Amino acid sequence: MQSLLQKTNDERPLLEVKGLKKHFPITSALGKVQGYVQAVNNVEFTLNKRETLGLVGESGCGKSTTGRTILRLIEPTSGQALYKGKDLFQLKQKDFQKMRSKLQMVFQDPHSSINPKQRIGRAIEEPMKIHKLYDSKERSERAMELLNKVGLRGDQYYRYPHEFSGGQRQRIGIARALALNPEILICDEPVSALDVSIQSQVINLMEELQEQFDLSYIFIAHDLSVVRHISDQIGVMYLGELVEKAPTDELFSHPLHPYTKALLSSIPVANPEFKREKIVLKGDIPSPLNPPAGCKFHTRCPYAIKRCKNEEPVFKEVAKNHSVACHLID
Amino acid sequence: MEPLLKLNQLKTIFSTEKGKVTAVDDVSFEIHAGEMVGLVGESGCGKSVTSESILQLLNEKTTNYEGKILYKGKNLLELSEEQMRGIRGNEISMIFQDPMSSLNPVYTIGNQIAEAIMIHQRVGKKEANLRAIEMLRLTGIPSPEKRIHEYPHELSGGMRQRVMIALALSCKPQLLIADEPTTALDVTIQSQILELIQELREELDMGVILITHDLGVVAEVCTRVIVMYLGQIIEEADVKTLFKSPLHPYTKGLLKSIPHLDGDRTQKLNVIKGVVPSLQDVPSGCRFAPRCDFATEQCHENPPELLELENGQKVRCWNYEHILREAKDHAVTTSENK
Repeated sequence: MQSLLQKTNDERPLLEVKGLKKHFPITSALGKVQGYVQAVNNVEFTLNKRETLGLVGESGCGKSTTGRTILRLIEPTSGQALYKGKDLFQLKQKDFQKMRSKLQMVFQDPHSSINPKQRIGRAIEEPMKIHKLYDSKERSERAMELLNKVGLRGDQYYRYPHEFSGGQRQRIGIARALALNPEILICDEPVSALDVSIQSQVINLMEELQEQFDLSYIFIAHDLSVVRHISDQIGVMYLGELVEKAPTDELFSHPLHPYTKALLSSIPVANPEFKREKIVLKGDIPSPLNPPAGCKFHTRCPYAIKRCKNEEPVFKEVAKNHSVACHLID
Repeated sequence: MEPLLKLNQLKTIFSTEKGKVTAVDDVSFEIHAGEMVGLVGESGCGKSVTSESILQLLNEKTTNYEGKILYKGKNLLELSEEQMRGIRGNEISMIFQDPMSSLNPVYTIGNQIAEAIMIHQRVGKKEANLRAIEMLRLTGIPSPEKRIHEYPHELSGGMRQRVMIALALSCKPQLLIADEPTTALDVTIQSQILELIQELREELDMGVILITHDLGVVAEVCTRVIVMYLGQIIEEADVKTLFKSPLHPYTKGLLKSIPHLDGDRTQKLNVIKGVVPSLQDVPSGCRFAPRCDFATEQCHENPPELLELENGQKVRCWNYEHILREAKDHAVTTSENK
């Protein structure tokens, strides 16, 4: 019996997100609720140990809100986030605080996420202090060790953030996120602000750390070539909804949703002799304040039929691990 | 044919509290009508300062220029401010990266476009408004006669960038400088905007300088590419040559370090070691030497010149022949192994 229980525990995904919703209220000057921005709607995915899930989509599609809601930096409207079977959203603030050490975040702009007046060693120690881990000497030692792990030098402990370049600052951000021995890192556009030659350094570092510390990543980005490189599976979001999710190679070789197809075809390819059919979408992304009825993509979809305008498609599995929300795929 | 624009050993020197900084050092290139040239490099390489020097948008109190900027044979650096004003926005226009901070938030977009037309083309308000509507229609904005009454905040990012393009093209310039025009936009919108710039370039026979860090964008739309590093041009070639047989180790490194869509995902990405040095302490020899895998003693001591090869490709490297030969040998041995 004991061994059976153990087994189910191991097979369970590390993180399971179900029906995640976040609707922001819009209030008038007097505080009356006038409507809701549906930032995230019915998002579902699972994340296994040592796996990377890429979340892609254009600005305003809700990919960052999804990441932040899981960490409860924004409280969700409804849904579940099961971490090892425990619903993070049901925990009391105090209990969740303890849990947070297992789920950490790496932000896009390391310049604004690190206190400019704090020595970087202190910045890395701070999470350990808050969680009352180790004594002060051990904390310093650990901070120096982490600096080494992310490719900086231990003696840079006493430096201030402005003395570092963008790429180095992102390394500090990663070191700080690792301070509490997390299992899941939610990385929100971690390399978007970096120069091309620095980007690859940070991506390689993240891959090394993943292996070394058995980390799972939720990698949020808009650059599809980067996401393809690092992710095991990819979720494509549009206007707050997950429209397609598949293992990386499957998604790139057999994209099903018209939006995914258009997105993939608009990635600029660094090869002037590479020619392909481009799907240029018409129009802009509608406002999430007033999303279109039916399928949210129908206003820009080149294949939209009558049914798309009225009926919302269901997100369902059509092949192994490959889910899509589209009426045209049945 | 005389080039539209010719930079002749341009130097842009800033006076700062810590001394003089040469942000653009000895840059020479030509742009012809109807051609789209990519100017690429990482932050701090001087690509934006080069374009701002052409239009003299930099603070004149702290900026010194050397060399020549010849536009249709006229040296722009010798023109008075008043003469320069007649050229800016009229003959040479610029599109900036962030449309929100380059449009005036308190004027309607129609007003802003009409203003430029009225100043340069000496037409009345009514005529200017009509032309503004025409320009907006050309950039693919739906129902432009209504849109001209809107303010920048009422438009989406892609729409705002279209307004910027309409504004930049309102006087039918002969040269367009687009500084990261699509960096702030989403990929599906990016391809719309790039397509639009391409169409307008053909229609108006404009020369376009496209400044970007995205090599993918360059490969898709440019005919020629200039690669900059730390204020200098380090390589220049037509787009096919540059992507197929880059000569400078920096260009090679850049091309290898971006993840490719058809690349092997299990392979580690190639890395250019180190970071871009500060302009305040530029390496004394070749500027790329401290980060270069092929650097020899000569590279650390003497700065190389920009050499022009038979096929028109230009490269600033002491060892390019050696590197080229090695690459060929490598290609031969790998094909033999197959």
